[in-house]
Amino acid sequence: MIALDIKGLNVWFGYAHDRVDAVKGACLEVKQGESFGLVGESGSGKSTILRAITGLAPHWSGSVRIEGEALSGAKRDRRFFRTVQMVFQDPYASLHPRHTVDQVLSETLHLHGLDNIDKRVTELLADVGLGQRFRFRYPHQLSGGQRQRVAIARALAGEPDILLLDEPTSALDVSVQAEVLNLLTDLRARRGLTYLMVSHDLPVIAHMCDQLAVMRNGEIVEVMSSDTLRTGTPRHEYSQELLRASVALQ
Amino acid sequence: MNLLDIEDLWVRFPTRQGVFDAVRGVSFSLGRERLGIVGESGSGKSMTGRAILRLIRKPGIVEANHINLEGRDLLKLSEREMREVRGKQISMVMQDPKFSLNPVVTVGEQLIEAYLQHNSGSKARARKMAIEMLENVSIRDSERVMRTYPHEVSGGMGQRIMIAMMLIPNPKILIADEPTSALDVSVQRQVLNIMDGLVKERGMGLIFISHDLNLVSEFCDRVLIMYAGRIVEVCEADKLHQAQHPYTQGLLNSLPRLDEKCNHLSVLTRDPSWSEAPSVRG
Repeated sequence: MIALDIKGLNVWFGYAHDRVDAVKGACLEVKQGESFGLVGESGSGKSTILRAITGLAPHWSGSVRIEGEALSGAKRDRRFFRTVQMVFQDPYASLHPRHTVDQVLSETLHLHGLDNIDKRVTELLADVGLGQRFRFRYPHQLSGGQRQRVAIARALAGEPDILLLDEPTSALDVSVQAEVLNLLTDLRARRGLTYLMVSHDLPVIAHMCDQLAVMRNGEIVEVMSSDTLRTGTPRHEYSQELLRASVALQ
Repeated sequence: MNLLDIEDLWVRFPTRQGVFDAVRGVSFSLGRERLGIVGESGSGKSMTGRAILRLIRKPGIVEANHINLEGRDLLKLSEREMREVRGKQISMVMQDPKFSLNPVVTVGEQLIEAYLQHNSGSKARARKMAIEMLENVSIRDSERVMRTYPHEVSGGMGQRIMIAMMLIPNPKILIADEPTSALDVSVQRQVLNIMDGLVKERGMGLIFISHDLNLVSEFCDRVLIMYAGRIVEVCEADKLHQAQHPYTQGLLNSLPRLDEKCNHLSVLTRDPSWSEAPSVRG
């Protein structure tokens, strides 16, 4: 089954001569249980695709289907958020500084209309590898990796099928990045999740994803399998350029 | 003679819970070479760089037997003398050009100011030098860039402008604190190549502070690996992959690789003895 089907997606900001076309005619298809990566430089429109799906970028055209159902406009209903959730780049900015972990998770569970909140919070913390002693801490009492685990727990609260991951580890140290990536791998296997993951780091995308799309200036220039990336045989010139830049650094 | 000699450097911050030691007895020297300092966040690498320029703000405390710049102890200088050292002898490039350039002054005026700060001469000459420096960092339309404001240039361009500004007084040592972490991979290399070329050409000493092991091993001669405020290992940059210390090995192994496929990345298990072992001399 196709979890996420995007056809001819255009996203723009501003009007008339101020108009910036951030995404131009993007097409991609993510099967259920698959992990799909979006790579490109900053400003290439990769995060904007995620934001358009979740309704954070209100001006878009084209077709976006989630598990067969078409989206429209910027409004998303409760059922959408039970299906699709997003994890943001900066764990320092995406958690409320004056809410404890318990408040963050209980409020989310409450908004999803779930019961048994106390038990669910306990389970969520266990799922992301945080012990109960973290439950009543504030974000400033957590490390970057622990905060990102809380953000992942919050995304999992409504038991979604699809996770949109916007550079989930780029603000973290490499050793912590490994832990968070392993957690994401395990969660996908355990819960049969579908990932759409944005990153500028090719090795991270190759590690996490089966398929990936290379973006430049708002356009998808190439879709390939991560094996193509590993063997160093992308077709498009720009993909090769990106690959050379990151291989030289290894 | 070494450009810089640091002996037993400590950086301390008194807090309500007691004194926190960010850097704990680090000793190293720098010749006309490219020295990398790597470590995770909180390992004390940036604090080491800042302590050299005495940029640690109160209530932070910097202590050392000596920080000798060509035989002159920087810790004994007055604040006024120190201001002569900053920029002219030792310059620093910080992480994000957005925060280190003045947003309401044009790039050109900032470069001219940097020149006049350390050299006497006419404004016309300063302008000429500024344009020349911009060309040195591969900015082609330097006349136009001189007129722009910092928000009108890209991150990569901003960082090149910072490098140009830092090199105008012709310092002996450049401290680059994560100079490319805010930039895209493709721009990173370009900026580093420019910095590398200028440092080599002028025979400067470079201290390159980064969390990125691969980047450091490519652009440095020697690497210090810091953990919990101490140096745990020193190695030749091209032999970084044969590093002996379990912490260095752990960091290297936790990186996903393009040439190897694996289901799970190896995770660093920290040994409390790492932070207890005495600091290695670098």
